Amino acid sequence: MRCKVMKSQSQQSTQVSSVPSANEQVGVPSMSPSSDSVPQAAVLLSEYQTDQFYDELVESNGHARPDARALLDLINRLPPGELMRRQKSIEQSLYRMGITFTVYSDQQGTEKIMPFDVVPRIVNELTWQHIEVGLKQRIHALNLFLDDIYNEQRILRDGVVPRELIETAGTLLPACNGLKPPRAVWSHVTGTDLVRDATGAMLVLEDNLRCPSGVSYVLQNRMVMKRNFPQVFAASRVRPVNGYADQMYKMLCAMAPKPDDHPTVVVLTPGVYNSAYYEHSFLAQQMGVELVEGRDLLVDDKDNVRMRTTSGLRKVDVIYRRIDDIFMDPEAFRKDSMLGVPGLMRAYRAGNVALANAPGTGIADDKVIYAYVPEIVRYYLKEDIRLPNVETFVCLRDSDRKYVLANLDKLVVKAANESGGYGMLIGPASTKLEQEEFARAIQANPRNYIAQPTLALSRVPTMVDGKLEGRHVDLRPYILSSAPDDAWVLPGGLTRVALRKGSLVVNSSQGGGSKDTWVVAQPGGERSGLQD
Amino acid sequence: MLSRVAECIYWMSRQVERAENLARFLEVTYEFTLDQPENLVNPWEALVRVTADEAYFKARYGQPTDANVGRFLAFDEGYSNSMLSSLRMARENARSVRESLSSEVFEQVNEFYHRVQDAAAQESLQSPNDFLNEVRLLAIQWSGVLDSTMPQDDGWHFFNIGRMLERADKTSRILDVKYFNLLPVVSDVGTAVDDLQWAALLKAISGIEAYRRKYRVLRIPDVVRFFLFDETFPRSVIHCVQSAFWSVRKIHESADLPPGDTHARLKTLCHRLAHTSAEEVIAGNMHGAIDRLQTELNQLGDAISLDFFHRDMAEARSSVSAS
Repeated sequence: MRCKVMKSQSQQSTQVSSVPSANEQVGVPSMSPSSDSVPQAAVLLSEYQTDQFYDELVESNGHARPDARALLDLINRLPPGELMRRQKSIEQSLYRMGITFTVYSDQQGTEKIMPFDVVPRIVNELTWQHIEVGLKQRIHALNLFLDDIYNEQRILRDGVVPRELIETAGTLLPACNGLKPPRAVWSHVTGTDLVRDATGAMLVLEDNLRCPSGVSYVLQNRMVMKRNFPQVFAASRVRPVNGYADQMYKMLCAMAPKPDDHPTVVVLTPGVYNSAYYEHSFLAQQMGVELVEGRDLLVDDKDNVRMRTTSGLRKVDVIYRRIDDIFMDPEAFRKDSMLGVPGLMRAYRAGNVALANAPGTGIADDKVIYAYVPEIVRYYLKEDIRLPNVETFVCLRDSDRKYVLANLDKLVVKAANESGGYGMLIGPASTKLEQEEFARAIQANPRNYIAQPTLALSRVPTMVDGKLEGRHVDLRPYILSSAPDDAWVLPGGLTRVALRKGSLVVNSSQGGGSKDTWVVAQPGGERSGLQD
Repeated sequence: MLSRVAECIYWMSRQVERAENLARFLEVTYEFTLDQPENLVNPWEALVRVTADEAYFKARYGQPTDANVGRFLAFDEGYSNSMLSSLRMARENARSVRESLSSEVFEQVNEFYHRVQDAAAQESLQSPNDFLNEVRLLAIQWSGVLDSTMPQDDGWHFFNIGRMLERADKTSRILDVKYFNLLPVVSDVGTAVDDLQWAALLKAISGIEAYRRKYRVLRIPDVVRFFLFDETFPRSVIHCVQSAFWSVRKIHESADLPPGDTHARLKTLCHRLAHTSAEEVIAGNMHGAIDRLQTELNQLGDAISLDFFHRDMAEARSSVSAS
């Protein structure tokens, strides 16, 4: 499959520079697939292969998808080496902004940026509508589920979710029993991982209801892309993502014990050595609130949370916390936590402070509970699930386990409570020895494992050694919930890309990078301006 | 504002100012060696005595030379007050309070650090003067970025206190460089070499032009007056102390805090500086006077820490002494 997208366009432009010039001003080109004139300079996409995968930008016949035309046309008109130059220039600005992590093994304290790929992923308007509706439905049901689990447990009594699963889950937090968080929201900030299979169907791969990270990359990626590709943004009608911090601040204020009273909102971070520290700091800065560490806070004898300021102690009303449940309060959970605030759970239970996300949400993103989400949606909302799960085998069920053990070489096996791409077996890429290890682990503790078919994840053209090749991606949109039935979905999300050829693992800890994600606006809808 | 954030900003500011002043010290010493072909005093040894930990230096480097003192003060990562170490800590501090800074401020300190780190990675500096000049410009840019992108709220005032106290200390030490270089050769006083050295000192605080306009000829009492008591010059000791005092008053106003130990000490120091003459300083013992000033500046640093950053510690202390 040869990509013919550039062939209908003349190749007159060789002067495109990083300074936005008139040459970059492209409208949606008229496509004439029958045209077969060979381009003068064989650049980039001319050799692009979609292979047997669903490609987010290029159709299987090699033509650009309609919403990707302006972008691919620009790429094809760039002089040789220009795309690479812009890639480098973006990397340079990320470095200058200090969006880096430190390579600790290196004595010099070398700093690296998160790998970033210059070619964005584009999501068309209809697909996005489908995603948005599906995510709202899913998070609505999951918030109802959490409230039920820590209170009446109707869903267990009705036998929809096995009681045994809940009671054996390491993420169940008995300290939350009987809790009624403000507005019945448990998961205020959710990052749901979506993938697309070979047919182009959008599927939910996992739910992240604890402290999903990555949204700062969404916002920063957009900022650097706009500087480097100003005109093509306008031509592509991209929806803005810069409203995130505002939405988040409003949502957090709405959770305050007395929401009308100009509540004091803070972001709680484990500190500068945490790998997501940049994001914590970025969100606090964007919302204009204090970024606090555990040692900046204390709980007084009236169970109020206070922070230490240069003019004394000041009351805190809402905490967007980026510390794991068990490190949050050494009085209630891990005694050895140096990061938390002694008494925080006391203050929370007394209703004197709101926590986002609520403690205990981990029970709902357990990878085994995940398999029950379609039933959970049906149970609480009396609706069919709109964004389906990936087909999942629950090893606790005898028939599923039998199938999994017989097909380890074809399946992806996941441990219930691991993340970041750890505790995972990718069958087709695994050795016999690894399969045997997993078989033993599954038999020893079936409750802890699920398996899914190995998906042919969709791909996006990606810069590899100065050329564009298809690389597999996933998508993490971010959802803010002010009430179970009142959620806002950021029009965009983190597209993670597996940079290694053929790899399906997109985690940054395992050779993954990220891309900007462009959600196309409806005609006349809100668009991303260059000033945003 | 959060005490921790205020403290980080204060230290970040001191650390950048420290790095800048090291460049100034090195520049003035290079000038000394150029002006004084037959060295009676080793100016590099004098520089180590004025700026740093002599014992550490001797153990690690031996005899001071231009090359090893330059490398030591600029790039020694084992020495916590070197330029590179100061900038690394400043950047770490900036990183930990990034949400309270403008993005330009963070980017500036980030770039400053990377530039010096890049220079440190080179085998030997092609041109120390170019490097030192660049450092000075980066520092001035830093100051400008801070003043023109940050609101003048409490955070800015803590920044200003840090910068001014550090600068007062370093300006006084630059004056002290001359004392150490002068000692064994009293016969040089009033000679061409002597004039060149005073001029080099003035250049080191970017004050030669301002001095010339005001006094025209180089006279020791005027130079001392300019360094210590010129209220209009932004690097003079009195200017720095007054500016720090102003910021402390502003913080008390905005936070509605009663004046504490810091306030009292700064008030006394301002008063004393305003009522001392250069002639008195010279007639007494200039080195002794500078030493005393530095001690007072150190005590001020401790007072600030207890008044603003660790109030609970201060309260605990006062309740212990009360009981």
